[in-house]
Amino acid sequence: MPVPREGAPAGERPPRREGPGGGRKQYFRRRKVCKFCSEKIDVIDYKDVRLVSEFIAERGKILPRRLTGTCSTHQRALSEAIKRARNIALLPFAAGA
Amino acid sequence: MRNYEMIFIVRPDVADDEVQKLITQMESVVASAGGKVEKVEKMGRRRLAYRVHKQREGFYVLFHVQGTGDTVKEFERRLKVTDTVIKHLTVCTDEILQRAEKFKALRAKQEGKRRRSKPAPAPAAPPAPAENVQA
Repeated sequence: MPVPREGAPAGERPPRREGPGGGRKQYFRRRKVCKFCSEKIDVIDYKDVRLVSEFIAERGKILPRRLTGTCSTHQRALSEAIKRARNIALLPFAAGA
Repeated sequence: MRNYEMIFIVRPDVADDEVQKLITQMESVVASAGGKVEKVEKMGRRRLAYRVHKQREGFYVLFHVQGTGDTVKEFERRLKVTDTVIKHLTVCTDEILQRAEKFKALRAKQEGKRRRSKPAPAPAAPPAPAENVQA
């Protein structure tokens, strides 16, 4: 009996259902949706620090779209809002040590 | 005339009535420069994200102003010469609001489309039980 690799899930995995062209994808990621589209936020306000700071990394960088799922229209508006917030010291240009 | 949003930060060691005095002063500046103050909002004392003029905190004041370029020019000039103001930012909100209107209109259109396509199956469903009753 083969010894399971450390960190490998115990037990058999259920057979993976594969769509056309699939097979190479290891696991299914939940499709990310744009927060501003789904919550119907029309104006991305630079003064709303709590909302905007969800889209910056620990060091104060703007998170890329591929991580947050923001649509291109809103990413553009968001980056503008973040830059404004930085200008008025609501968000850091570079955080941390 | 355009809509502007002017935000500025006052040093934290300035007393509250001093801030109030500055606000009334700035209001009169806007009025004399041919503008109109729509709303003044004191966002209060906040921690700054980085040090500005050796300060870690600041008192944020927000002005919603309707005016021309000259109004903004004069307003910013006054902020620059005021020692108690450590930072300021002016944003023209016209385009932002316009874009928001566009989004809203677009969404209303889409919603209308969805409503038009969705109720179609709904009226079709009730006749089925009616047939059963007849049978």
